[in-house]
Amino acid sequence: MELIHEHPILDFRHGKKIKFTFDDEELEGFEGEPIAAALHANGIRIYRLTPQRRQPRGFFCAIGKCSSCFLVVDGVPNVRSCITPLKAGMRIETQRDKGIIALDAE
Amino acid sequence: MLVIGGGPAGLSATLEAASLGCEVTLVDGDLALGGQLIKQTHKFFGSKEERAGTRGFKISEILLEELENLKGRIKVHTNCTATGIYKEDGVVSCVIGEEEYFRIKPDRIVMATGAQERLLPFPNNHLPGVYGAGAVQTLMNVYGVLPGKRVLMVGAGNIGLIVSYQMIQAGVEIAGIVEAMDKVGGYWVHAAKVRRLGVPIFLRHTIKEALGNSTVTGALIQEIDDRFQPVGERKRVDADIICMAVGLTPTCELLWQAGCEMVYVPQLCGHVALRDSFMRTSLPDIWVAGDAAGIEEATAAMVEGRIAGLDAARSLEKGDKADLEKRLVELGRRLGDLRGGEVGQKICQGLACCSVQGWGV
Repeated sequence: MELIHEHPILDFRHGKKIKFTFDDEELEGFEGEPIAAALHANGIRIYRLTPQRRQPRGFFCAIGKCSSCFLVVDGVPNVRSCITPLKAGMRIETQRDKGIIALDAE
Repeated sequence: MLVIGGGPAGLSATLEAASLGCEVTLVDGDLALGGQLIKQTHKFFGSKEERAGTRGFKISEILLEELENLKGRIKVHTNCTATGIYKEDGVVSCVIGEEEYFRIKPDRIVMATGAQERLLPFPNNHLPGVYGAGAVQTLMNVYGVLPGKRVLMVGAGNIGLIVSYQMIQAGVEIAGIVEAMDKVGGYWVHAAKVRRLGVPIFLRHTIKEALGNSTVTGALIQEIDDRFQPVGERKRVDADIICMAVGLTPTCELLWQAGCEMVYVPQLCGHVALRDSFMRTSLPDIWVAGDAAGIEEATAAMVEGRIAGLDAARSLEKGDKADLEKRLVELGRRLGDLRGGEVGQKICQGLACCSVQGWGV
């Protein structure tokens, strides 16, 4: 993982190391840290494709305001990955559309 | 009392109100309290009274300790966004995470919603790898994740300079800093730190385009003239991150929705609520503090938060009148002192455009 190991001022205390999947690939991250930070540490930069022009989007504001880092988590679309904590076993997927909620009848 | 935002302003407001006996609910969108303080590794300026010389993240730890001592009166919700405020009944809706909604009907509200980053328009500015400076700080200083290998910084104000230096501390190479003005906007001490390490600062330059197909691989930069028109050839800079530090703007959606009287003040970097000297807005139950009241810096935000918290508590008949009066006058003096320097002049000009003598309440 692309982590900072030595720092002149800060001492990083990561939480428990856990496993999750991103587009079916198993990855490791730290429990409770934002999903976006965990993906970035694994070298993943593209979190979604825009619905019409299929342009890639990723991390941008890190404060849950810009909508750039939306992805699908355990089937739920439009999750603000920069402020959603990572949990063990999460199934995370690239968001490829607006995020569809199933119709009641389905 | 409901305090929206747990950064320096919101924490300070919460502490003052709770210490006077108010029951406070504090909501913050992030996973931890402290706002932007938790990623500030540099030592703060300002005055001794305001903890000058202490690193930002340490100040946050001090405030959180104080909060712990008052926890009986404070209910904290993190990862919680205030999503709406309803004029007809004074209800505020909030959501924890993405799905757990609740409503709250406070007697008083302090809006300490902070700021958000500005972006420049240029082709491909949507590409992953174009990141806000605050976001880069979060990645590396809070979560210990390397933001990238080689970074082009856009903006040589204090944030651009400080974050460049912090990236070097984390082991990232800075390709250069681009600045549209003909001089560095931040303090010389911060500029000197990065220049001593050999980072070029391209004055009178701007970014024209981000390069890359799926993620950033570089940028084109170009010199600009006195009227900000491009001159000369575009130069290619290789970088996997383009970090935007071109200013902040107050987060004011809830203030608008509540119906506070708002005014556009360029010196404060956006729309801000009219307020009296105790940070009370045109709506008698709503106060504002910190960057949400105009972009300044964290030290002033803490003093404004204290003023807002005290005054909001005073309106609920808490505390001793004479004592509160004395403390508010003292805090007002401290704010004035912080704004005494050259940098404070712009802030004072801005404040003159949005301050009212009193609301007659």
